[in-house]
Amino acid sequence: MAMLSFERKYRVRGGTLLGGDLFDFWVGPFYVGFFGVTTAFFAALGTALIIYGASLGPTWNIWQINIAPPDLSYGLGIAPLAQGGLWQIITVCALGAFVSWALREVEICRKLGMGYHVPFAFSFAILAYFTLVVVRPVLLGAWGHGFPYGILSHLDWVSNTGYQYLHFHYNPAHMLAITFFFATTLALSLHGSLILSATNPRKGEPVKTAEHENTLFRDIIGYSIGALGIHRLGLFLALSAVFWSAVCIVISGPFWTHGWPEWWSWWLNLPIWG
Amino acid sequence: MSTIAGRLKWLAALALAGVAVAGCERPPVDEVQRGYRGTAMVQVYNPRVVAKQAALNTVPEPLAAAPEGGPAAGTIYQNVKVLGGLSIAEFTRTMTAMTAWVVPKDAAPTEAGCNYCHVGGNFADDGKYTKVVARKMLQMTQKINAEWKPHVQGTGVTCYTCHRGKAVPEYVWFQDVDNTAAAGLGNRAGQNRSTPAINGTSLPSDPFTPFLLGAEPIRFTGATALPTGNRKSIKQAEWTFALMTHMSQGLGVNCTYCHNSRAFNDWSQSPPQRAVAWHGIRMARALNNEFMVPLTEVFPAHRKGPLGDVAKLNCATCHQGAYKPLYGASMLKDYVTALAAPVPPPAASAEAPPAEGETPAAPAETSSASEPVSDVPG
Repeated sequence: MAMLSFERKYRVRGGTLLGGDLFDFWVGPFYVGFFGVTTAFFAALGTALIIYGASLGPTWNIWQINIAPPDLSYGLGIAPLAQGGLWQIITVCALGAFVSWALREVEICRKLGMGYHVPFAFSFAILAYFTLVVVRPVLLGAWGHGFPYGILSHLDWVSNTGYQYLHFHYNPAHMLAITFFFATTLALSLHGSLILSATNPRKGEPVKTAEHENTLFRDIIGYSIGALGIHRLGLFLALSAVFWSAVCIVISGPFWTHGWPEWWSWWLNLPIWG
Repeated sequence: MSTIAGRLKWLAALALAGVAVAGCERPPVDEVQRGYRGTAMVQVYNPRVVAKQAALNTVPEPLAAAPEGGPAAGTIYQNVKVLGGLSIAEFTRTMTAMTAWVVPKDAAPTEAGCNYCHVGGNFADDGKYTKVVARKMLQMTQKINAEWKPHVQGTGVTCYTCHRGKAVPEYVWFQDVDNTAAAGLGNRAGQNRSTPAINGTSLPSDPFTPFLLGAEPIRFTGATALPTGNRKSIKQAEWTFALMTHMSQGLGVNCTYCHNSRAFNDWSQSPPQRAVAWHGIRMARALNNEFMVPLTEVFPAHRKGPLGDVAKLNCATCHQGAYKPLYGASMLKDYVTALAAPVPPPAASAEAPPAEGETPAAPAETSSASEPVSDVPG
């Protein structure tokens, strides 16, 4: 297999966190490492258990397959396989696979001699999942508060969990999360369209440079954050969206049991209104 | 200068953190699972809030049962129009109970004791408006217990269910001044007033006039997934959302108590409590129209709303934040003779007073309390 231009740098020995040289090898273009092995193990076991769980259920319809968490009555204990135990083991597998993958990213960063931005960003996604299926259930006292594993069933869970607090758009952290999600997509669309325009000039014209990119936004909004800055801003917006998502769900229940609109009564009761 | 700015920043941060913490609750919390696991059909309660609520919803001790027999009150006292068929002992007991429930000794002097309703020295006199209202309210209580069993079941209601020791129940509603349609930008469409009855949302603050006084359609969801002729608007949905938010507030439950939010409209996916609530909406509407509105001319101006309308009831009037009023404790069982159904007038000979502790024959359901499925179009 032909080597990509950066593979010469990538295919170097060392940089591993665990296992030393034992797992420091490639399968085709893919680095393995200790955490590649654990990723494969957890992913395969988890997927097999999902398929087993589906076989116990009433349908093979991909949309309707549902691996539900245990009843609340099991609390933070272990449930029988068919009554939510599968969900518990699959959750362990998922976290094992996600964390292994992040650590494999760290090893690759070390081989490349670059910063840990990629595993750092991925760890926010893991944090959000960990918050949903571990932190919040533990704070509420039952694994049954985790979300079910199913394409439609997890959406039904989201809907009902939102309506447990009457109107989730009044959740202040949800407001921040939504705002950051929209802001990150807006920033990406502005940046993406700018780069596509600059690199695809009309026939006969040269590809435009950063000077043109900066000028466009200085003309439009009076400011250009710059070629490096837009990537830092994008990372900040995306990670903030995920972070506040995690916050908005972990405060719903453990730290607020009423309707979210009612939370704003402190604002309505400020002594500044006429 | 920079240190002052730094300190100010810290102060601001501390103030923000203080607001965030003061505005929140803490674990542990209680949850009640009310659906299949993993569906999030769950009620969430703060046990410390529930403990305070429970203390406010305790039932007063019932009065000692009246001795059997004795002449009918209507044959002894004058102008006893509703409870005349009771024995004199049961009648006196009921009046004593009403006094304790509505105008107890520890209330303000003007709203305590027999003379809140009765003209001193002449108990038969209808001179005080409160006596006329009380008579109507007795009839209302009897009607609820006899004909609205689909909603109140066997638990029933008494004066105390709403009054709780107050001359005027704490949770009543008047028509909203804002509700009158104005032209142009000044028209808030009834929204943005953030009252506690609707959980402080910006939804319409008086969803009661259209739904609990009028009979506007509450359902706005179409019968099919794709738009096939359903002309209901988002604005209509907001009125329904406001009513439903009030029901949640009134009952201290969240939306999943009655609905699976994946299909709010579908009865087959809804918990059975939704059918009880369906009857409750119709009951509140009927009681407002049959008993409260006709009293409009009886009430003095200071008891009426800004638009001159009479105080009316909604879900919170009885429920007061509990999923069942008084958390399901039945007071009616101790006052069946007087309050479970209209009391038959005294027989001419008055030899057989109504049997104590016996419910009258099962009442026929009113036509308005028909099966909930009839609300489903198509």
